[in-house]
Amino acid sequence: MREAENVIVADQLTKKFGDFTAVDAISFKVKKGEIFGFLGANGAGKTTAMKMLIGISKPSSGTATVAGFDVYTQTEAIKKNIGYMSQKFALYDDLTVKENITFFGGIYGLPRKKIKEKREELISQLGLENISNKLVGSLPLGWKQKLSFSVSLLHEPKIVFLDEPTGGVDPITRRHFWEMIYKAANQGTTIFVTTHYMDEAEYCDRVSIMVEGKIEALETPKKLKEQFNVASMNDVFLKLARNIE
Amino acid sequence: MSISLSNISKSYKKVKAVQDISFDVKPGELFGLIGPDGAGKTTIFRILTTLLIPDDGTAEVAGFDIVKDYKAIRKSVGYMPGRFSLYQDLTVQENLSFFATIFGTTIEENYDLIEDIYVQIEPFKNRRAGKLSGGMKQKLALCCALIHKPKVLFLDEPTTGVDPVSRKEFWEMLKRLQKKGITILVSTPYMDEAALCDRIALIQDGEILEIDTPKAIVNKFPKTIYNVGADNMYKLIQSIKNYEHLYSVFPFGEFVHYTDKRDSFEIEDLKTYLENAGLKNIHIDATQANIEDAFMELAR
Repeated sequence: MREAENVIVADQLTKKFGDFTAVDAISFKVKKGEIFGFLGANGAGKTTAMKMLIGISKPSSGTATVAGFDVYTQTEAIKKNIGYMSQKFALYDDLTVKENITFFGGIYGLPRKKIKEKREELISQLGLENISNKLVGSLPLGWKQKLSFSVSLLHEPKIVFLDEPTGGVDPITRRHFWEMIYKAANQGTTIFVTTHYMDEAEYCDRVSIMVEGKIEALETPKKLKEQFNVASMNDVFLKLARNIE
Repeated sequence: MSISLSNISKSYKKVKAVQDISFDVKPGELFGLIGPDGAGKTTIFRILTTLLIPDDGTAEVAGFDIVKDYKAIRKSVGYMPGRFSLYQDLTVQENLSFFATIFGTTIEENYDLIEDIYVQIEPFKNRRAGKLSGGMKQKLALCCALIHKPKVLFLDEPTTGVDPVSRKEFWEMLKRLQKKGITILVSTPYMDEAALCDRIALIQDGEILEIDTPKAIVNKFPKTIYNVGADNMYKLIQSIKNYEHLYSVFPFGEFVHYTDKRDSFEIEDLKTYLENAGLKNIHIDATQANIEDAFMELAR
């Protein structure tokens, strides 16, 4: 069997701010179609690391490629090949569903014809026919999130970065959301989830846990739970982050 | 009762934020309102802290009526809103002194109540509140809500956006406050925190789905739940959705939670079905329901 292609490769990736090392020589690989959880406490260095990977912050040292492009020299190519969705910034509330899709299609540089095609496909897949002319601000949170995830896939990126995607949503909608993620991953899109909600971590194929700028663990949730002899990722996290017995 | 709501309703224009809600919180109880964003949790807090008048129904807090006796309630309760609402450009110590003065007391008078929380932020006492980390802001807000020694403490989503270590510490603090006789009403969207409360109300779309101890709610779950796992999660879910005996299937981390329509469910039967669908490494075993299972069943 051919080994799956790596779409993210980081080697000794480091970011310093003055004397402070925010990200300390992290190395890891993420495969095509993998759901990769990138975990850490507030201030552990997750956001700084992710900013380097999406090409908006230059590393201090080390190397990394994302979708085959170099994080030092090919940041524009990286941006074209990734999608991004966050709970905090998602869609424009005062544009309609249709307008949001059109707007983001334009931002991603899709041709007009393609945008129209994608817009219709997406609206019908999500069952939003009756509300496609409504303002996004008037939709329930769960619908916004599903729409926002779909919009992040509009330009068929190789990797989607999700920043705490499902916080605050009701449990059923959350699961619909994860089903969408599984579907995208099954079609070969790599999913990179940054979160400090450990229940989101349970859904990932593999997770890395950052503590004070370093990756302290990188395994499947199952193996991590076995290794630390605990029942949940929350307990794994507490043991690692506090180093408690 | 420390808190008592009967038939409380509140609408904002056409939106029914809470509908006909009734529940009681006993003195010294740690009571949780558990539900997603938009369930009506904050509206309930605002009504009980006398910041909002309900359209219908009555409520009492610490023995006072929320409409007639609003001034007495404001003196007897502490409230930590979901959004950080201290003065960003006052220092840690200035904020605390300010709240003490407003309530006609001093930091020294009730220091024993906040001591074990305050010592954690004391090294930063001259820092402006706006420059604190999330966990520190949360601790300062709790100190400010406690400085007048309230009988009832209202905490609206205190752990949202806080990492697991700080969350755990926060719940340990609540347990200690409870031991000092303070009644606590706390809301959270995290179902795993429900287990830490004495009793909980599950709430969605402005209505209460169930009120009981976390354990009793889980025990009432009507069906046996099975953990099902396989090599491809997407194909597993798609296949199970077409299984004729399916009652419900929901992703739960590395497994899906499956329930069957029949009383006599055979694991082998489902296993054969999944094998025929081309799945590998199939794993099926019975497991315990948790609060999320209960919530989803009640919300069906």
